[in-house]
Amino acid sequence: MREQDFGVVRKPLSVLERIYGNGFVRKGLILAVLAAIWQVYGLYLDNPLLLPTFFATLRSFFERIASGELPLKALTSIEVLLQGYAIGLALALVFTIAAITTRIGNDLLETLTAMFNPLPAIALLPLALIWFGLGSPSIVFVLVHAVLWPVALNTHSGFQGVSGTLRMVGRNYGLSGVRYVWKILIPAAFPSILSGLKIGWAFAWRTLIAAELVFGTTSGSGGLGWFIYENKNTLDIPAVFAGLFTVILIGLLVESLIFRTVERHTVRRWGMHV
Amino acid sequence: MAPVQPLLQVDGVTLQYKTREHLVTATYRVSFDVHHSDRFVLLGPSGCGKSTLLKAVGGYLAPVEGRIRLKGRDVTRPGRDRVMVFQEFDQLLPWKTVRQNVMFALLESGTLAGREAEERAMTYIEKVNLTRFADAYPHTLSGGMKQRVAIARGMAMEPDVLLMDEPFAALDALTRRKMQDDLLQLWEGTGFTILFVTHSIPEAVRIGNRVLLLSPHPGQVWAELDSDGQDRVDSATGRRLSERIHDMLFAGHAVEDKAAARA
Repeated sequence: MREQDFGVVRKPLSVLERIYGNGFVRKGLILAVLAAIWQVYGLYLDNPLLLPTFFATLRSFFERIASGELPLKALTSIEVLLQGYAIGLALALVFTIAAITTRIGNDLLETLTAMFNPLPAIALLPLALIWFGLGSPSIVFVLVHAVLWPVALNTHSGFQGVSGTLRMVGRNYGLSGVRYVWKILIPAAFPSILSGLKIGWAFAWRTLIAAELVFGTTSGSGGLGWFIYENKNTLDIPAVFAGLFTVILIGLLVESLIFRTVERHTVRRWGMHV
Repeated sequence: MAPVQPLLQVDGVTLQYKTREHLVTATYRVSFDVHHSDRFVLLGPSGCGKSTLLKAVGGYLAPVEGRIRLKGRDVTRPGRDRVMVFQEFDQLLPWKTVRQNVMFALLESGTLAGREAEERAMTYIEKVNLTRFADAYPHTLSGGMKQRVAIARGMAMEPDVLLMDEPFAALDALTRRKMQDDLLQLWEGTGFTILFVTHSIPEAVRIGNRVLLLSPHPGQVWAELDSDGQDRVDSATGRRLSERIHDMLFAGHAVEDKAAARA
């Protein structure tokens, strides 16, 4: 058989094909088109109180960053968020360990998650205000609820899904107790745990911004939600958009930088992603 | 010379387990001895309790009657002196490479540490011809390769007895045949003791030097046969070993007659 009978055996793609094959490029293109539509419509509407243009928003965004106001607000938000996230994770760990070691712990976790998981955490804010007053403890309380149940639920179902074979392998080599949980159960359940962490993060971030819209965390230095609310009151709409922009940006960064990186180095490398 | 004590003694072992609705007797008063360097095969149709029996030897299940002794000591729990190789491909830890999987067993069981563990791991990975894949993650390997890693991991522990629960059952016919040859070759080199469970008659005849036939519901010892792997014609009956086994397993009436005679 002659070589040309195959047509193409192997040939490099053209530069254009390769660029278009990159997901970031395609998504960047979509964003650029959306920004263009926004800009054109903003100019056409010519009403900065309803819809400031894309570039006005961008300008406001950079001004507020330069003045240090936005970074400070973002930092305040993230600080509170991390407190709630950490406490939520710690509690989730305690609940799931109780659930896998005792039957009553299992029943407790199942009952509690069935009750609290469908309840939007923000609905607890009025109660939290009565119990903890105006301030960050109230928000942390609500955040803990946003994080605890989805993480506990996912971790627990991950543990339950660990195959009997792997469990037997672990015991064969003498693993028991904490070492067994750490060396077998947690890595084997890691895909579920990671998706629990992601859901918990997303819930916590939304809940935080929503809670901050109701009141600033501590006297004078509220977070991003409070920044949006304040600027709406002073009718500085480009700043409202800049605040929203920051909320989206931080959400995206955490998702794509932190979680995507963890995923690439763990479940994807191990072939365990679902 | 003192009389040779069997390596593994299974003596009148009755095993039961509970499902959601039933208490099932898996085996009833099964006895057999495994000697050093035996390739001992437990053969029987599904429901004869052969896998349950293997798990009991592994220490995952306590007999309700009878004793299981390894080197004269009672088996009470899983241990590094009896390593299991399973049928399922997911017996490898997916988050560890081939090398790390083998080392994991050595390190966690406290068998070896550090450099020694790595050297021993690589020795056995070489024995199963996977040196090139030492740093590959299990999900990138084929089914046969995964089973070879599991065998390497088991052998690296240098256990008193390697417990194999239908390790080749999930492989395609060609790979299966190749794996059987490879296992025999490994055995030639090291002479380790194997307790092997299968429901395939040709596999039992090829792998085993001794074959224990079990009847189903509950598992009882039916016969114990010697095999030299060649499936020879028996001079007394004029039939091949595999044919004799086949007749015994599938002559359903014979089972009931035998059971009645024993009762």
